[in-house]
Amino acid sequence: MLSIQNLHVSVDETKPILRGLSLDVPAGEVHAIMGPNGAGKSTLGYTLAGRGGYDVTQGSVTLDGEDLLALAPDQRAAKGVFLSFQYPMEIPGVPALTFVRTALNAQRKARGEPEMGAPEFLKRVRAEAASLKMDFDMLRRGLNVGFSGGEKKRMEILQMALLEPRLLILDETDSGLDIDALRIVAEGVNAMRSPERSMLVITHYQRLLDYIRPDKVHVLAAGRIVASGGPELALTLEREGYDRIVAEAA
Amino acid sequence: MSAPFRIDLRDVSTFPTRRDEAWRWSDLRRALGGEPVVAAAFEIEPPGEGGPFASIAADETVFANGRLADGETLARLTLADKPHRLRFVTSAEEGGWQAGADVVVPAGVSATLLETYEGRGAYVASAILRFSLGADASVERIVLLEEPAAAVSISASAVSLGAGAHFAQTVVATGAKLQRHETHVVHPGGGASVRMDGLYLLADTRHADLTTVVVHEGGGETSQMCKGVATDRARAVFQGQIVVKPGADGTDARMRHDALLLSDTAEVDAKPELEIYADDVSCAHGNTVGALDEEALFYIASRGVPEAEAKALLMQGFIGEVVERITHEGAREVVRAFAAERLEALT
Repeated sequence: MLSIQNLHVSVDETKPILRGLSLDVPAGEVHAIMGPNGAGKSTLGYTLAGRGGYDVTQGSVTLDGEDLLALAPDQRAAKGVFLSFQYPMEIPGVPALTFVRTALNAQRKARGEPEMGAPEFLKRVRAEAASLKMDFDMLRRGLNVGFSGGEKKRMEILQMALLEPRLLILDETDSGLDIDALRIVAEGVNAMRSPERSMLVITHYQRLLDYIRPDKVHVLAAGRIVASGGPELALTLEREGYDRIVAEAA
Repeated sequence: MSAPFRIDLRDVSTFPTRRDEAWRWSDLRRALGGEPVVAAAFEIEPPGEGGPFASIAADETVFANGRLADGETLARLTLADKPHRLRFVTSAEEGGWQAGADVVVPAGVSATLLETYEGRGAYVASAILRFSLGADASVERIVLLEEPAAAVSISASAVSLGAGAHFAQTVVATGAKLQRHETHVVHPGGGASVRMDGLYLLADTRHADLTTVVVHEGGGETSQMCKGVATDRARAVFQGQIVVKPGADGTDARMRHDALLLSDTAEVDAKPELEIYADDVSCAHGNTVGALDEEALFYIASRGVPEAEAKALLMQGFIGEVVERITHEGAREVVRAFAAERLEALT
């Protein structure tokens, strides 16, 4: 489904961050990307979502064979790419409900589908909010304004559940979450696992992977994948730290 | 700047210039070419009823080129619980008018004043208003300034509050050659409270100046939120002053001004001022002038919203915070629609 070949990315036109990253995530699989700080984990997420200032200098990224890099961020979203932000933005004055409905209908329009009407939309939001244990009234407030760290992450999962992306990229979704919130968020993510959907779980710590079990674990260091393995690789990293595996790969 | 300037359009010596601190960014004498203003013709096509707030059931007072139906230039209004429209309608290619209103809100009355400045042509307008609120009276004043690009328009108000009175104001300005809306409030403290909001949406070479002064003589609350968007070569001026007099302990005053500049040639001049002469007060002010937040735009786009729509959403949210503070539902929806339409024209 997602295929990344020899990807080189520089930030702000000068600093090379990703240096020859290659990765394939088949449909239905969950892959974890782990790595030390500064390895390029967030850069990978931003590059896939199409953020400005992240210049691809070499390589390719395709989603079901289609060139993702040629598309604007909103077009990528319409194709099914969803990046869950490490630090979700606050959008004052735009109620969360308005925001999500605007996004959903913009995607549907881009795909040539009919817009979703208000009654059906609200019914779906109520159901998803309940399963994420979110207060519905909170969704009438400005998006993420005054939300706690945990509430912001739940809001990301709520959007994900409503937008039904095909490729989920979770960037440090566990950061700022206590254990109860982590469990709820992980359940929300797990509920979305399906044979048609792929996930890229970017994380510094193994903890999240106790809740979201990956099919494969990749270690990202200095802009490349330096090791790949099964879930046991995450446990090895947790025990031994990144130093040895990064040194061995160098 | 404890009281508005006394400006007489017939007397050039009363015209402030940028050497006057309170008018440094809105040079009236220059805008008027240093000439006294002659009276505009009285007779104009009678303005239709209602104006921008026509959808709201209300009593109405209309000035046409500065004259009431009976030819008077001063309206004496005693507001009741029913909303009241106060309209200054101008149609003139030259000359101008000065007029005013004394507005009384009797004790215990909760009123809504829908004040509009509507015009055609190239005129000079000067309105002077006095508000007097009785004990526990409350008024929500919503001002819509919708004037032609060639007009020079100034409006100055002095507000006095009885014990426990509540004065809430939202001014929506779209600018003119020079447009200034000025409000001076003497705040008695106690249970009285003041809300002093503003919104400006400016394009081309339009100029809007929102100036407010609130003097706390005995504690009490003031809350101010002013936001604006300027593009092209437009210029916005925000001057917000809150004075806490000696002994006005317990004052709680909050002021915010946030501006978005959509072009390199637009200009915003902001002067938020807190002058505090009492010890036990809680005062805060914040002031920002910037462009649309690129990170927020990317966040919205990453959820599937095209760039132009993402920008509009972000700007609607930005000004929406001011609109949401309007408590009269009908007026709030009129302002929301008016602002949305102006915003679209800006982008």
